[in-house]
Amino acid sequence: MTAIRPFPEAAREGLANPQLRANLARATGTIRGKRRAVVEETPDWEELREAGRAIKARTLAALDEHLVVLERAVESAGGKVWWARDAAEANEAVSQIAREHGATEIVKVKSLTTDELGLNEYLAGHGIEAVETDLAELILQLDGDWSSHILVPALHRNRHEIGELFRRTIDREVGDEPAALAEVARTYLRKKFLAARMGVSGANFLVAETGTAVVVESEGNGRMCTTLPPVLVTVAGIEKVIPRWNDLEVFLQLLPRSSTGERMNPYTSLWSGTRAGEGPREFHLVLVDNGRTRVLADEVGRGALACIRCSACLNVCPVYERTGGHAYGSIYPGPIGAILTPQLVGIENAPTLPYASSLCGACYEACPVKIDIPDILVHLRGRAVEAGVEPASERLAMRGLARTFASRRAYESAQRLGRGALRLVPWARVGPLRAWARARDLPSQQPRTFRGWWRAR
Amino acid sequence: MRVTLFVPCYADTLAPSAAIATVTILERLGHEVVYPGEQTCCGQVHGNSGYFREALRLAERFVDVFGDADLVVAPSASCVGTVRHLYARLARRAGKVELAERFEALGARVFELSEALTGPLEAGDAGSFFPHRVTYHPTCHSLRALRVGGAPQRLLEAVEGLELVPLRRAEECCGFGGTFAVKNADTSAAMLADKVAAIEETGAEACVAVDGSCLLQIGGGLARSGSGVQALHLAEVLAGARGE
Amino acid sequence: MVAGTVSSAREDILGRIRAAIDGAPSQPEAERPPYRRFGALDPEARVALFCERASEYSATVTRCVPAEVAVRIGEICAERGMTHLLVSALEDWDPHPPGVELLPDADLSVSELDSGAGVMTACAVAIAETGTVVLDGGPGQGRRALTLVPDVHLCVVPAERIVELVPEAVARLAPSAREGRALTFISGPSATADIEFDRVEGVHGPRDLVLLVVDEAQA
Repeated sequence: MTAIRPFPEAAREGLANPQLRANLARATGTIRGKRRAVVEETPDWEELREAGRAIKARTLAALDEHLVVLERAVESAGGKVWWARDAAEANEAVSQIAREHGATEIVKVKSLTTDELGLNEYLAGHGIEAVETDLAELILQLDGDWSSHILVPALHRNRHEIGELFRRTIDREVGDEPAALAEVARTYLRKKFLAARMGVSGANFLVAETGTAVVVESEGNGRMCTTLPPVLVTVAGIEKVIPRWNDLEVFLQLLPRSSTGERMNPYTSLWSGTRAGEGPREFHLVLVDNGRTRVLADEVGRGALACIRCSACLNVCPVYERTGGHAYGSIYPGPIGAILTPQLVGIENAPTLPYASSLCGACYEACPVKIDIPDILVHLRGRAVEAGVEPASERLAMRGLARTFASRRAYESAQRLGRGALRLVPWARVGPLRAWARARDLPSQQPRTFRGWWRAR
Repeated sequence: MRVTLFVPCYADTLAPSAAIATVTILERLGHEVVYPGEQTCCGQVHGNSGYFREALRLAERFVDVFGDADLVVAPSASCVGTVRHLYARLARRAGKVELAERFEALGARVFELSEALTGPLEAGDAGSFFPHRVTYHPTCHSLRALRVGGAPQRLLEAVEGLELVPLRRAEECCGFGGTFAVKNADTSAAMLADKVAAIEETGAEACVAVDGSCLLQIGGGLARSGSGVQALHLAEVLAGARGE
Repeated sequence: MVAGTVSSAREDILGRIRAAIDGAPSQPEAERPPYRRFGALDPEARVALFCERASEYSATVTRCVPAEVAVRIGEICAERGMTHLLVSALEDWDPHPPGVELLPDADLSVSELDSGAGVMTACAVAIAETGTVVLDGGPGQGRRALTLVPDVHLCVVPAERIVELVPEAVARLAPSAREGRALTFISGPSATADIEFDRVEGVHGPRDLVLLVVDEAQA
């Protein structure tokens, strides 16, 4: 596993790009308003959140049992279940199915899991072209760019940039209006949907009891990919399972309101295995671990596996809004990425991500399944310290500070020294206060300490 | 009532005026203020930075110093949040259940100033006079960790002569976040710039908050921008007495 | 990949999970928090809410009494200049709407589905609070491709199929799910917000969703 670029360094690119900052502020501002409206009108929102949290926690606590039930239900409905320990196994499974059916072009619904696995690149290496059919994913694919947002992967691009791209790649005549751009995508992809021999999707939920796969979407490309091609492969992380059919009554309320700020998204497709005269003739479900069992083994960190990928935490995050998603160095940006990525790839490969937050707590409040993201961030900082990936200078300073605070006498003499040093040494130009002083003035020195004042009065 | 004062280390050392003002208010309301000189730091910086062993030792020290107090008041939401929430978590994760319970018992008796005034001290009107136009920045820890709700604003509204003006995107973080301001200085500065711009738009003479640490950040940004807007702790506003 | 690897991957993953959760057996589900399971509106208010919410997502909603259904379908088609409607089976639509030819889905190919005609279906359940119709392939609904490829989807919604809340719909759909039927929840026409979070209607699914709510009480 290669290490992820340090967050503070990667963040600088986004921070220095005024167009990106404007696109992000506009888009996240819009979605925050929509989300707030549909959450505030829901009188039982907090009860739904608690129910969502509880279902996910209970599922993870017996994940093996639920997966076995799911497997049995999918197979008895005529589907085939594959298990993949890592990306290589998952990609090879999809590739093998495609090759068996002579599919050289497949249509894909937006799926974070397959992005995480690098499926498209793997298939390309085997002569199979994966066509992304979600508008935003198509935009990125045409431009050789990558996702910066869980729900709206091309959030960092505005209509003019996208119009320019479409004129360069698909239709020389199209303007910049989103409706016209969507029309171009419709025409461009329709031929591909109708001709495709194989579709690939992710899954928002997998209902163990009924063997049902659920895809929640807006455009209809998900319906196209999961309905029209004769062969359908669904690739999903093992944490996507939920035990019972009626668990959906909670998540189908939480997800749309949290992600697109709608009471319900335009289309939700649900199917179990195959059915005569209806949809694909073959259905394969690839269940992927790829680091998830490692996350599960951390009692605090496993909270991240409850994520339903709504992206509400990104939209309310003041850090994300300013740096953009690329700074997080993975397909999972924002607060959820800051707790998921270090666990999936190993803390030593992403040691700066748990610190990419001011711990303001806005993400926890917005999370529809109540993942305590600030708590997990702090927990992962502890693991970073334990793993010794933080700089030695910091460790020494922290230990020294702790020793100072351990005794009144040490503390009071440090106060005297510190206050003297602040007066004498130009800290704003050297030492740890340099970063501080680039954007802010240091506080003006007050004549005495509080305890000095208390003693003297 | 006998009130035990907890003054955060940075406030004691660098910005004592908020703590001095807290004493002024509490004594004006007729309370007896006690200040245990053994206190140092609650350990928040260690706890939030992943130095859990060090933080837990400071937590144990805190409980030794304040364990017997009936009511502890601090002019800092983030330090109170550390005592109330982080301590027990640290203890439980270290497998020390009994210690966690001691922390929880103490945590229930530690209050941020606005909580204390509107709660156990029953002083929704602290008898204050402050003839200025101010805006209020609800700090993240007061809002989302302690859930003080509108307590600080209610206290401000009761101040004679004070005009409270709304702040755009008030609930967004100022970008301080402890070591965040150093480790991610550029992002922190970008957040601060937006906060400063929003404060300046209000036309207020001062921005008020209940966390001295955020006020160091906001005050530093306001001073750098040269707008002349002051960053004030709620205590400093409430300390001004009527009829003085 | 050979079969042996697949099964050992299965055993490996299940083994890793058991190690991670320390072999704890599953807990019985605790009582769920008291979110709303049942609606509180009277039938008229429920139908009105459905119509309002579905319209908010740009579906065209009209209401009529049962005796008017065929005529109203004819009018809806005439307004759109449509002379043909795909249906799952002719016998589901009696009396036939005037001025419209119904084309039964006799294993039509996708290009035949894409020939320009609209489609007409019934629905299994509708949800008032979210303005949603749900198709489960039951009578009058057909297979999923039928309501996906055409550009106009006319859905007939009997008032008694409208429930107020999502949990009521999920409960009603449980038998279909257990039978292994494919379900589609539809809330408004196809849409995207992929460009600047600006909602645009009409990407890949039908761009025109017409809901005809049939209600005895409407007279």
